[in-house]
Amino acid sequence: MGRSNPTMSAAGLRIEGLSFSYGPRQALSDVSFAVERGRFCALLGPNGAGKSTLFALLTRLITTPCGLIHVAGHDLRQVPRSALASMGVVFQQPTLDMDLSVRRNLSYFAALHGLSARQAGSRIDAALERLSIADRAGERVRDLNGGHRRRTEIARALIPAPDVLLLDEPTVGLDAAARASITAHVHDLCDDGGLSVLWATHLVDEVRPEDQLVVLHQGRVLANDTAGTVAGQRPLAERFLALTAAA
Amino acid sequence: MSPYMIALQAIVLREAQRFISQRGRFIAALVRPLVWLLVFAAGFRAALGLSIIPPYQTYITYEIYIVPGLCGMIQLFNGMQSSLSLVYDREMGSMRLLLTSPLPRWWLLVCKLLAGTAISILQVYAFLGIAALFGITMPLQGYLLVLPVLVVSGLMVGALGLALSSIIRQLENFAGVMNFVIFPMFFLSSALYPLWKMAESSRLLYQICAVNPFTHGVELIRFALYGQINLAALGWTCLALAVFLGLALWGYDPARGLIRRKT
Repeated sequence: MGRSNPTMSAAGLRIEGLSFSYGPRQALSDVSFAVERGRFCALLGPNGAGKSTLFALLTRLITTPCGLIHVAGHDLRQVPRSALASMGVVFQQPTLDMDLSVRRNLSYFAALHGLSARQAGSRIDAALERLSIADRAGERVRDLNGGHRRRTEIARALIPAPDVLLLDEPTVGLDAAARASITAHVHDLCDDGGLSVLWATHLVDEVRPEDQLVVLHQGRVLANDTAGTVAGQRPLAERFLALTAAA
Repeated sequence: MSPYMIALQAIVLREAQRFISQRGRFIAALVRPLVWLLVFAAGFRAALGLSIIPPYQTYITYEIYIVPGLCGMIQLFNGMQSSLSLVYDREMGSMRLLLTSPLPRWWLLVCKLLAGTAISILQVYAFLGIAALFGITMPLQGYLLVLPVLVVSGLMVGALGLALSSIIRQLENFAGVMNFVIFPMFFLSSALYPLWKMAESSRLLYQICAVNPFTHGVELIRFALYGQINLAALGWTCLALAVFLGLALWGYDPARGLIRRKT
């Protein structure tokens, strides 16, 4: 599938002046921020902050005439297919077929992206290896625990070799060990592969001080800097509560 | 193979696997028309006198008459069941995978439709096979000619289901679809009685039956089973397919349709 030439030199994700409303209710209001290549950006916001709406817009499940979204330099409105081809997505809701094996889930997804079995085979192996679940490839998804299911979904999102990886609260419902492991895996993906990651969460302990942090509250960006800078001298949790309470 | 064909193959295979693994659904899909054919038709045979109308060249039994309508019913049920699975899929999230693929959305939805149609054709042939075992047979060329026709009629009712799944906010359960879509479409058609019979009872009902796209789908199947193409029925069925598909693509447009209206 041909990708158009990137219109921007800086790869990664760029959002400018994005607004969206459900009828009279404004869900997002003039949201702007960028995630550079190889950066891990945590999108932190309480429930109802507009994170899921932002993800629906980023994945083109819904569209808005207000604002711009560039994925690896591709304008999502002008060249949606190139932008979608540069993006890997892990949705908040599980989207695996429980009765298929891990590998079959991944190969079905690869086919939806137009990859032949031959092209997909090596990519699937590499993705499973990267997420340390190669030994589970033949198991039915139903037989995996929550953490491994999530890893399977992340491995699946890597198959089209995206430049940008979007994860919408990927650790919901997981125990502390699985959460820590998945958070570490995705940080590694940024460090080794130059992948830009947007990680939506409402849990401050998933954010490292050196990560980029965008705080979203009531559809507006309240802060956008490294997590260490946003937190200042105080613990991030405390600072986050103060920010969202003041707004 | 092109990326388009790779996606089509994967979607059709997955739909087929899902159907085969749901044995209950397969049996229900066969038992339903067989009950109509072997019980209802047997009881009704004496009540309904049929004159010789095209494509039939001689007097026929009522069982023979309702076979095409039951083929249509199989496709109608299947189309609506697929649409329900889409609503369910969308809520469960796996439809999102389809919609965020970089392939064009219209193509992915057409793949879904083709997959559903392929399943319905399998069911129709299984039904025709069992009917033949009970001595209800069609001319041999009819079994061949009906194949392309079933593609058109299957796509038409499938597209209706797809349009409903995108436009109607929530298809709560199958009973609602039965009451408001399947039963009216089935009973207000030529599936169970020739339209001239209906005209004797009520002019208005006759006119409703005559514009019902399902009537044309059934007539298309009826003529094809006797080795003939009913061009008028083909034209109306294709027109209905175009309209329903247009509605479905409109409904699944990210700027409009149900997805936007957050529940």
